[in-house]
Amino acid sequence: MKKHTIAVIVNDQPGVLQRVAGLFGRRGFNIESITVGASEEQGLSRMVIVTSGDDHTLEQITKQLYKLIDVIKVIDLSSNAMVGRELALIKVYAEPSSRPEILGVVETFRASVVDIGTQSLMVQVVGDSGKIDAMIELLKPYGIRELSRTGVTALNRGNVKQ
Amino acid sequence: MTTESATLKSKEELLKKLSKPEVISGSEILLRSLLLEGVDCVFGYPGGAVLYIYDAMHGNTDFNHILTRHEQGAIHAADGYARASGKVGVCIATSGPGATNLVTGIATAYMDSVPLVVITGNVMSTLIGTDAFQEADITGITMPITKHSYLVRNVEDLARTIHEAFHIANTGRKGPVLIDIPKDVSAQQTLFQPVTGVNIRGYNPTINPNKLQVDKMIKAISEAERPLILAGGGVVYSGAHEELLEFVTKTEIPITTTLLGLGGFPSGNELWLGMPGMHGTYTANTSIQNSDLLINIGARFDDRVTGKLSGFAPLAKIIHIDIDPAEIGKNVPTDIPIVGDVKTVLGLANKTAVRADKADEWRAKLKASKAQYPFRYKDSDTELKPQWVVEMIHESTGGDAIVTTDVGQHQMWAAQYYPFNKPRSWVTSGGLGTMGFGFPSAIGAQMAEPDRTVVSINGDGGMQMCAQELAICAINNIPVKVVILNNQVLGMVRQWQELIHGNRYSYIDLAGSPDFVKLAEAYGVKGFRASNKEDAKAVWEEALRHPGPAVVEFIVRKDENVFPMVAQGSTIDQMIMGDAE
Repeated sequence: MKKHTIAVIVNDQPGVLQRVAGLFGRRGFNIESITVGASEEQGLSRMVIVTSGDDHTLEQITKQLYKLIDVIKVIDLSSNAMVGRELALIKVYAEPSSRPEILGVVETFRASVVDIGTQSLMVQVVGDSGKIDAMIELLKPYGIRELSRTGVTALNRGNVKQ
Repeated sequence: MTTESATLKSKEELLKKLSKPEVISGSEILLRSLLLEGVDCVFGYPGGAVLYIYDAMHGNTDFNHILTRHEQGAIHAADGYARASGKVGVCIATSGPGATNLVTGIATAYMDSVPLVVITGNVMSTLIGTDAFQEADITGITMPITKHSYLVRNVEDLARTIHEAFHIANTGRKGPVLIDIPKDVSAQQTLFQPVTGVNIRGYNPTINPNKLQVDKMIKAISEAERPLILAGGGVVYSGAHEELLEFVTKTEIPITTTLLGLGGFPSGNELWLGMPGMHGTYTANTSIQNSDLLINIGARFDDRVTGKLSGFAPLAKIIHIDIDPAEIGKNVPTDIPIVGDVKTVLGLANKTAVRADKADEWRAKLKASKAQYPFRYKDSDTELKPQWVVEMIHESTGGDAIVTTDVGQHQMWAAQYYPFNKPRSWVTSGGLGTMGFGFPSAIGAQMAEPDRTVVSINGDGGMQMCAQELAICAINNIPVKVVILNNQVLGMVRQWQELIHGNRYSYIDLAGSPDFVKLAEAYGVKGFRASNKEDAKAVWEEALRHPGPAVVEFIVRKDENVFPMVAQGSTIDQMIMGDAE
């Protein structure tokens, strides 16, 4: 099953997330992650959805999305060069003795420590999903207390025509 | 036919009155906007959340309002109105239970692409989300079964919303649109200004096809040895019946029409092979399986048509014409997709279409097959056969009636034994298969077409799902002829239990049903009954002559089955032909 990253430009209307998510649910399309926020134009939001399926499924997803009146445009980002980024906050156990080691990992990943508790550190990491997976793997041995990932947001690179 | 309010004013006079900018209430804006959309009939049921709307309608003489006895009756009637007329059907219900009672009807219209504007009241906007009395999140509930929906939060948005709803419902692939209006919005006053032109960003259905694709189709036709047309509801909905006839006349390609496509092509034409699918003709099904070019015109390759998908039309190159791009390639891989309005596509194709010259042998073969394998049943001299009753109805109405059906065996017999000559004569729930649809949809069809004979063919099961609407036939003198083919069981379920579940009949006996003649009479509708041919002819003639509504019950046997039948999971050429063969 291939992974696809698509952007969906929608009217910023109440219920629009429900319409999109409901469509995926009832037609049996998979949502690996979904992010929603403002776009470059007022009144329009940009959703970025990571989904998986063969090309036929992706075609159906695109066509079915276009049937929603509030969907203005659907872009298959991953068919072209794109930048995909995710942010994760990871609260990891950190006795004072293990902190230098953890900070070493954080530095190597160009991540940052954004909060320090008496027994924990909160690490913020930004990157593609692979980088975040790797960061999590490396922090696991210290004990992860809480983890929150945003899901991928993405844009095509500068020279890709929309 | 008389109705509650009948004096429709001249159109211009009305338009002038309506278009005047004035400070009026949301309810009055709603009514004006409906009139500006050309609405002449709405079906509805009042309640707490639509009190202001009904207050604004008090003494209304501008359009008919039919008060049904259940919201389900209202929406099925609006659906029948839309299918028979081609106009948008409109119904109104209150919040909560009123709105949820519409759900089955909305889903029915959605599955069959029927344009409806469904207006529901909701609780005051300040109460939304508080589990208020008679509150239901109807826009949320109906999201998967509407083309679009609105919850109007500001009275200033109301006029534009209504016009958008009509535009969306009746363009592109048609469908139901719901407008939910909180009670306070219907009461608030604002300056009404008529909306000119609707422009919805991102909503732009493709009407004109890609010319290159149409050229490819024409070329494929000239090369095909065994071409076949599969035409569906899209032909009827886009008003393309004349273009289709011209296309078939020019190309001389044999044609089969789906359940919803019946009437889209004249049944008397020698190239017509009947209906395909689960209960289709032998010739239609085998021709699909043997064709080398299958041209789907406005059908959606529903599973009741395709049978086992992996074995469907295994030899054919597939051309698919549809206004909804999502239908193309959804079920069947397509070689030549043509996105566009069927009428426009065929109009363009007809400019260059030529006879399929390599298909003479194929045409001769199908002609012989059609003659050899018509629909058949074993008739009887001692009892009534449902197929015979449908044939009698066909003969007596000259094939020109509007026929509505419920769902089940009688629906298939009606499809098989009442061949149609013109579009918008056949009203049936195909996609959702909604029992309880047949009778109320006939009321809507009759309101749309007061001068045509409307016959509603029902079973004894489905008739009991909306029988209460006999009241509105009586009170408004809506002269629908209601046929009940009473076999005392849920026939189609019985048939599957017999053939697929080894004669294990589980909860299909409808003993305890009312005396339908007395039921009709209780509502003030004429009732008739017959159980042999002689009586059947006599009472049917009398019912047809009767100027008002009539219920005619035909007693038929329990164990009659619909044939041919393709069992679920089989390819469509694996047909059980039945005992008449």
